Amino acid sequence: MSKKVLALLEAQFGAKILETSSQFGDDTAVVEPSAWRDVAQFLRDDPRCAMNMFVDITAVDYPDREPRFEVVCHLRSLDRGHRIRIKARVGDAEAEGAEIASLSGLWRGANWFERECFDMFGVRFLGHPDLRRILMYEEFQGHPLRKDYPAQQTQPLVEYREGVLDKLAPFGPDEGMPFGRQTHDYSRNEEAN
Amino acid sequence: MEPLDEELEESALELPSEPMQLNMGPSHPAMHGTVRIVLELSGETITKADVQIGYLHRGFEKMCERGTWTQCFPYVDRLNYVSPMLNNVGFALAVEKMLGVTVPERCQYYRVALGELARICDHLVCNGAMAMELGAFTPFLYCARAREIIWDIFEEETGARVTHSFGRVGGMANPPTAAFKDMVRAGLPRLLYMVGETEKLLLKNRIFLDRLEGVGRMSKEDALSLGWTGPTLRSTGAAYDVRRAHPYLVYDRMEFDVPVGTTGDNYDRFMCRQEEIRQSARILEQALEQMPDEGPINIDDPRVVLPPKDEVYSTIEGTIQHFKIVMEGVKVPAGECYSYTEAGNGELGFYLVSDGSGTPYRVRIRPPCFAAVAGLQQLIEGAMIPDVVPTFGSMNMIGGECDH
Repeated sequence: MSKKVLALLEAQFGAKILETSSQFGDDTAVVEPSAWRDVAQFLRDDPRCAMNMFVDITAVDYPDREPRFEVVCHLRSLDRGHRIRIKARVGDAEAEGAEIASLSGLWRGANWFERECFDMFGVRFLGHPDLRRILMYEEFQGHPLRKDYPAQQTQPLVEYREGVLDKLAPFGPDEGMPFGRQTHDYSRNEEAN
Repeated sequence: MEPLDEELEESALELPSEPMQLNMGPSHPAMHGTVRIVLELSGETITKADVQIGYLHRGFEKMCERGTWTQCFPYVDRLNYVSPMLNNVGFALAVEKMLGVTVPERCQYYRVALGELARICDHLVCNGAMAMELGAFTPFLYCARAREIIWDIFEEETGARVTHSFGRVGGMANPPTAAFKDMVRAGLPRLLYMVGETEKLLLKNRIFLDRLEGVGRMSKEDALSLGWTGPTLRSTGAAYDVRRAHPYLVYDRMEFDVPVGTTGDNYDRFMCRQEEIRQSARILEQALEQMPDEGPINIDDPRVVLPPKDEVYSTIEGTIQHFKIVMEGVKVPAGECYSYTEAGNGELGFYLVSDGSGTPYRVRIRPPCFAAVAGLQQLIEGAMIPDVVPTFGSMNMIGGECDH
């Protein structure tokens, strides 16, 4: 059914559609990264496609390939009931240049999914309003879903964050709660005295 | 806050109106799930909100890349731990889509029946918890009692109450027990009675209604663009249900309605879930009616399904087959697929990439409540602090699923 959409895309963008396939019944188009946003906009706005439902954005890491990352986006049309997957390949072996245009201006949902993709793979989304880590914490080093991130990797201890205690007013760190949260870190108590 | 400066002129004597920052969570007594919402307040009105998730991140996708396809089942169990059976079935269907196999009819009905039980469980927990957070403790207990009926059935069928890891590629771990149909048939009326009791307590309660109606309104267009699915999307009026739009298993033979809301507020989300419990019960009755009592539960394919234990111990073919599947895993053809099912919160998608070996190259879950929670910020900005609690409750954020 959405073979039609693939044909439409090829007619509209020509050489910018690098390849198309329909493995396992999922229609897929691999897109030139520079045309990423244009293709997405076309899919959303053209009445024959009408992909108004945002489904998913993620990435897959192929360290042996060049470009290394495949950014994968799934879309669906509510009225027409068809789906499509578009992919773009970005980034070299060192993950330099892993950048692609953000779709968060087209679908609001892309905002968080792109943040997650950035967090997990380090793919940067240009034009994203608020690109920061979402599942990991700010001090986390590396991008965990890359294939060269070892699963046993440990992370350094996070530095004590200055200024957090100020928000715990009116209590200082060691007063106000005699029944719980006792620290056994005597060096710090001595400092306080 | 600063004290009023007495030397100000009369006209300038106003309350200081610096915005106040407030942290809700990560562990807040009035909210379930570990989520942190940083609020900027002007009085009691929220001017800015930042929803921060990730407190329950366990690296599900990374873990799946280390074992065999079958070893993913315990992990998917722990995604949406309120309705693990739906995750199990969703993942099994995704792998089966890549393998190009279809499970026997009896198994399809069995999966539908177990899945609908899990869905009822999911909705009960969501609505019960939401009512409890608004101060109505009794309905939560009723819902917990009703859930107990379902958990008893699951315990009988799978041996575990919550995380049962019951799905397998190409079938289920065990065929239905002899008592399955009777247990469900006996349990359903009791369950629906308790659902009715819950509604009686809540839906004429002024306090409850005032905090739901008109609060947290979402338009259909915004919901679609946010990627909302499931009851949260249907409450805005878009009748999208994967079971109806892209029927899988035997849902095309079932008769059921897809309830939709009109305004997309908290009340609509609550009512959609309540109605879906009844529709799930309808599907269950039909599934039990049509489910054959005899027949295989697993596909007959030695490359996918483990042989029976007595064969493993007595024949060389069985031993080798067992060894190959356990040590190397089920060989899934190279390629990629996106498979989607209707889970408790909406479209649960699995995007799988295989390199042809027994280990997944990439398992991507598309959690429905991740998209729902992404829309929370928009709903609570401009609302009051007390509105955060029911609005967050109606998103039904499940930490395990949302944070992967």
